[in-house]
Amino acid sequence: MQNRSGSASIAGDERSSRVAFTVNGDRRELTLDNRTTLLDTLREHLGLIGAKKGCDHGQCGSCTVLLEGRRVKSCLIFAVTLDDCSITTVEGLAGPDRLSPLQEAFVAQDAFQCGYCTPGQLCSARGVLDELAEGWPSAVTEDLTGVVRPTDAEIRERMAGNLCRCGAYPHIVAAIRETAGER
Amino acid sequence: MSAGAVGRAHPRLEGPEKVTGTARYAVEYPLEDVTYGWAVPAAAVRGRITRIDPDPALAVPGVLAVLHHGNAPRLSPDVEPELYLLQDPAVHYRGQLVALVVAESIEAAREGARQVRIDYDTEPHSTVLTADHPGLYRPEKVNPSYPTDTSEGDFDAAFDAAEVRVDATYRTPAYHNNPMEPHATTAQWRDGRLLVHDSNQGSTAVQAALAELFGIPRDSVRVISEHVGGGFGSKGYPKAAVVLASLAARQVDRPVRLALTRQQLFGPIGYRTPTIQRVRLGSDADGRIAAICHDAISQTSTITEFAEQTAVYTRSMYAAPHRRTTHRLVRLDVPTPFWMRAPGECPGAYALESAMDELASACGIDPIELRVRNEPTVDPDQGHPFSSRNLVACLIRGARRFGWGDRDPRPGARREGRWLVGTGVAGASYPARARASAATATALPDGGYLVRINATDIGTGARTALWQIAADALDVPPERVTIRIGDSDLPPAGVAGGSMGTASWSWALTRACQELRDRLGHHSGSLPPEGLTVAASTADEIRAQKPMARYAYGAHFVEVRVDAETGEVRVSRMLGVFAVGRVVNPTTARSQLIGGMTMGISMALHEEGLLDERYGDWVNHDFATYHIAGCADVEQIEAEWVAEEDSDLNPTGVKGLGEIGIVGSAAAIANAVRHATGVRVRDLPIRLEKLAGSSSFT
Repeated sequence: MQNRSGSASIAGDERSSRVAFTVNGDRRELTLDNRTTLLDTLREHLGLIGAKKGCDHGQCGSCTVLLEGRRVKSCLIFAVTLDDCSITTVEGLAGPDRLSPLQEAFVAQDAFQCGYCTPGQLCSARGVLDELAEGWPSAVTEDLTGVVRPTDAEIRERMAGNLCRCGAYPHIVAAIRETAGER
Repeated sequence: MSAGAVGRAHPRLEGPEKVTGTARYAVEYPLEDVTYGWAVPAAAVRGRITRIDPDPALAVPGVLAVLHHGNAPRLSPDVEPELYLLQDPAVHYRGQLVALVVAESIEAAREGARQVRIDYDTEPHSTVLTADHPGLYRPEKVNPSYPTDTSEGDFDAAFDAAEVRVDATYRTPAYHNNPMEPHATTAQWRDGRLLVHDSNQGSTAVQAALAELFGIPRDSVRVISEHVGGGFGSKGYPKAAVVLASLAARQVDRPVRLALTRQQLFGPIGYRTPTIQRVRLGSDADGRIAAICHDAISQTSTITEFAEQTAVYTRSMYAAPHRRTTHRLVRLDVPTPFWMRAPGECPGAYALESAMDELASACGIDPIELRVRNEPTVDPDQGHPFSSRNLVACLIRGARRFGWGDRDPRPGARREGRWLVGTGVAGASYPARARASAATATALPDGGYLVRINATDIGTGARTALWQIAADALDVPPERVTIRIGDSDLPPAGVAGGSMGTASWSWALTRACQELRDRLGHHSGSLPPEGLTVAASTADEIRAQKPMARYAYGAHFVEVRVDAETGEVRVSRMLGVFAVGRVVNPTTARSQLIGGMTMGISMALHEEGLLDERYGDWVNHDFATYHIAGCADVEQIEAEWVAEEDSDLNPTGVKGLGEIGIVGSAAAIANAVRHATGVRVRDLPIRLEKLAGSSSFT
């Protein structure tokens, strides 16, 4: 096993697999190197460059997408494990003709500067809004049995896995809070 | 006159692209036949490569080439030692990029890089900065061209005679820029011409460096940098990625995408040097400073000299008749330090603004009042008048907004439940410079205007601010103006760095737009199909600027809450009030200032490059172990500015915003922590063990 991925003796068909999943509503069928992450699949095979590679180690959140509606770091998932799954990337957040309220709020609040972490922030924020609506508590939720309010403290805690070196955090929180209020 | 776009809030122009994932960064352009690079770091600290065996890597399916000093295309040795990559077997530091694997896929390139076998002859090394290092020397100048040492009056005598003395040594660790987008490049050669999409802070400089390195004319190189995922200084000059990708694309004769890994951003791209700084202040009992001295020690590499201007901040900040500053440097077997947000001023201000707080305590006077009492009337360093100096205005306005007035100065006096609460203040300044740039303005037959300049928007909002400035200079609504930046085919311009981007670029744009208006005033009949274009350059004007002290100023106010049991520090409130000349776009200006302050929180509490002296490399070289401030670390943070008209700067009257937000942040936090707990932390970061472990912890 130790030398498996690097050994030239492994036949080509053993190093790759066929996989089919849905991305932003479109069914995709691909033959992929078994080592290919979901992130590299999106960026290098499907032309969806929204999800960003900030660390490739699941530490920065720039690659965050929604898998079956839940936030995941796409750099930590091998694409060949995703048969029949449904994936939403930042490219799938907007409607056909206009931005989503969350995206509009990000622009209006200036919730980004360089924009590199932004697709991950947006997908993460989308997940946070859904988690809040479903009443999922977090480490800072005081009443674990009641309704979870979209307070700044809740949003900050839940967005702590998405790093932004430009320091747009207060504006990101404001954009999410504003969007939560619209629901 | 139009209503005026300058001064009005406007969302950034590229916002819709950035929130839909359609803004393209350096390795995101669609390409046929693209290949992927993966850089290989040296495992030795100091020595020579004796053998490279590429065969195991070449045996990996999909690997096309292994570039190293034995086979890479030749570069000119006369450009910059840092960029003389894959040309000789010397290893100057661990992590130096000594080979590059090119493959059909990212996966193959990565696996190939793991398989390259390299043997080294090693030599003893020295990697730790100490105040008594035998290699300490006096550089001939410090960055960018300041005198190494300065002296006026008789510091020693005045300090000895002072009624109140502060003599303290402050230390800052290595800090790593960590823009979210790594240094990344797509390179392709076509018919002897080099096209690169690159992540940098100024593609005019990248174009020039590549042309010289490869020995081809400048106009055979084109560098496109439409969107850049941050830089914070580390992309202010061409670095390894763009050179390696260009070498590889030539070698394999196919386009190459190369992004450095996050781990590779800890070293080869530079970092903020660690510092050891001794500050001495001598005053009378009322806090009037007679003697001020700042001695700074920092490090550089064996490759090239990088002499950070750590003590220069102290030369012009506060008045004192007797003053001295010195810089000493050590060449270590480490990567070369480089620019990081307010290089020099930022660590320098942490030391001086902390020492000012210590002096205020020693004199028993308010730290704001201490700064007001030591406000100079002319630049204490050169004697030049200030173009404008509104430090005191920032302090006074900030004090009112922050609620400083009823502060009990006693340390450890305020407790709210488990929290010790304290407040701190610090001053800040940063030079307001401009660099020569060129621009064109075109009037189009359809009534629109096109302005072009090779500015770079690394997230600052420069594209939007320049668009607003051009509209006002043309006296038309901004909707009629199109701006193009981020391409070395555009008129050459300086870097997005040193807080001089907007000042430099807006100057050239304004001159081009003014000239176009003049020309249009004399133009009769319809415009030709290609429109009417005028070009302007500011080289002569900037050279003719009269000598003055031009600085932005700021006052930082911080409230911290420190857990009385654990020593955990939370920054519960942070306010920055700044004097930055004219603010072009309040939306993006606020973001940039808050961003600098947030990086200041990070510097004060979280960031620390931990060196393993056996290897001269940082142990914590990823985001799991090198902590930067996250969303949950930033609570209430506000930035605002005082109205400031300064006619001695540039036509737009801007001072720049990129650095000033960070300059006083760490000192203000350290001062607040001291107020909350009684513990003065003189070596950043402020970690809980330095508080809870201290005998003076309240």
